[in-house]
Amino acid sequence: MDTKEVNSVNTPLIVSDGCCVHFGNAPALEGVDFSISRGKKVAVVGPNGGGKSTLFNALAGLIPLTEGSLKIDGKSPDQIKGKVSYVPQKDLINWNFPLSVKQVVEMGITTRKVSSLFNKKKTNDKIKKALKDVGLEEKINDNIRSLSGGQLQRVLIARAIAQDSEILLLDEAFSAVDIGAQEDIMQLINSINLDGKTILIATHDVNNLEEKFDEVLCLNKHCCAYGDPSEVLTPEVIEEMYGSHTELFINKSHFKTEGNNSND
Amino acid sequence: MIELILDPLKYDFMIRSLITAFASGAMLSLLGPFAINRNMGFMADAMAHATLPIIAVGVFLGFSISELGVPAAILIAIFLGIIIKNTNVGEDTAIGIIFSSFFALGFVLISLLNVTINLEDLLFGQILAVNTSDVYIVVSLLTAVILILIVYFKQLLFYSFDPIGAEVKGLNTTFLNYLFLILLSIAIVGSLQTVGIILVLSMLIIPAAAAKLVTDTFVTSIKVSVLFGVVSSITGLYLSYFFNLPSGPSMSLVATTIFVLAFLSNKIRKKGSLATVTIS
Repeated sequence: MDTKEVNSVNTPLIVSDGCCVHFGNAPALEGVDFSISRGKKVAVVGPNGGGKSTLFNALAGLIPLTEGSLKIDGKSPDQIKGKVSYVPQKDLINWNFPLSVKQVVEMGITTRKVSSLFNKKKTNDKIKKALKDVGLEEKINDNIRSLSGGQLQRVLIARAIAQDSEILLLDEAFSAVDIGAQEDIMQLINSINLDGKTILIATHDVNNLEEKFDEVLCLNKHCCAYGDPSEVLTPEVIEEMYGSHTELFINKSHFKTEGNNSND
Repeated sequence: MIELILDPLKYDFMIRSLITAFASGAMLSLLGPFAINRNMGFMADAMAHATLPIIAVGVFLGFSISELGVPAAILIAIFLGIIIKNTNVGEDTAIGIIFSSFFALGFVLISLLNVTINLEDLLFGQILAVNTSDVYIVVSLLTAVILILIVYFKQLLFYSFDPIGAEVKGLNTTFLNYLFLILLSIAIVGSLQTVGIILVLSMLIIPAAAAKLVTDTFVTSIKVSVLFGVVSSITGLYLSYFFNLPSGPSMSLVATTIFVLAFLSNKIRKKGSLATVTIS
């Protein structure tokens, strides 16, 4: 690995410095600071209305910051639109359209350039590769309405793979899918992560995060904690996010409390 | 049978009407599947009604309805787009306000400016009155709609299916939004002489809804919708010729008949597949 490569690995890819987003007078994010290195797999947790989707929207360049700065590879999200893949919450998609799996994955390659209409061979190869990566190559011509919740999520991830961007944002990737499908999606995310992609996943499941993720970003309008899940997910941080409902955190043995590090 | 089909073609006005009916039917039913899957029926109806004041002023200034087509369509699409985006009363309510107030304004302007318009023709269509220039305009509009749709099909599909994903991917979603509104508006304004303000919605929505019932994929639903749209407009025109019926309502009723048949076929198909599952 040459110096340039070493620098590029060590340089933080996403840096949030006092990031604030307000909707009218209502704050959605207040002074959020964190920095994520390349190739990390990060869980973004917090209560409903805690700012997870707002942060993703800001990272995707969909909403402007009220204050502070948010940089991806040194540039604002607006400047690198199209370089971040985004799997939105499923209820934001118009499922009325009876599309094929192929048509949905092809959206990851669709650009505003009219010339892209003529690269059919290249487009088909990319679609097939992406579907192979998510294990759905046999479903290429199936109607998306015939798929299960987990399969739909994998189709949307295939679309993000086809886009071939460095950062992948998944909003509520595990909602409305069964435990088996959640495991499949997690395995898929691990393999994408092994390819060097940086992945951020908004999730409500705060259990066993240290087994699944490199880092966790705890949000409740502000950044409650950021770092290694086994280090930062203390009862205080959970309480800061969810009030006194620490019973949500089923595997209490993972709490790292002062003077009583049960993980050790 | 062939004689019956060829009989109206001995009249120039019927040839002009058939070409216009074909173009209008194809243009509306081509955009219909996008409109119904995006729940834009009410929006399309508002667009049709919002043309009335523009037609009143245009006719007062000496333009024909088809000459007003493109500028009126662009004006309506942009105006509706801006109003809906910038009001906080909800899309449905904003469309409702524009719908009724523009329609009312149209009638007031027609009266104030003393414009000579046959309101019945305007509301329900009078295809038999189209002249050669109208035919050229409607066919040109159909060609433009087809070409634009081919070029922007994938982007429009992405935007319609997942607007947030499309924006994140770097597509110009504001442009795509207005592009579709303008295409829709062009198809509506261009078809006013064929089916009129009130019935234009039927030719946009009904063939597309019928196609959705008998097809499984979006692209096939567009093809079948166009087939249903063209069959409805041409058959409706023939019925109006042979039975001396108003042309716009005849087209609309043929489309409705196709929808009822598609609905029944869909029910029978579903029942059949359910029975197969039960037996197996």
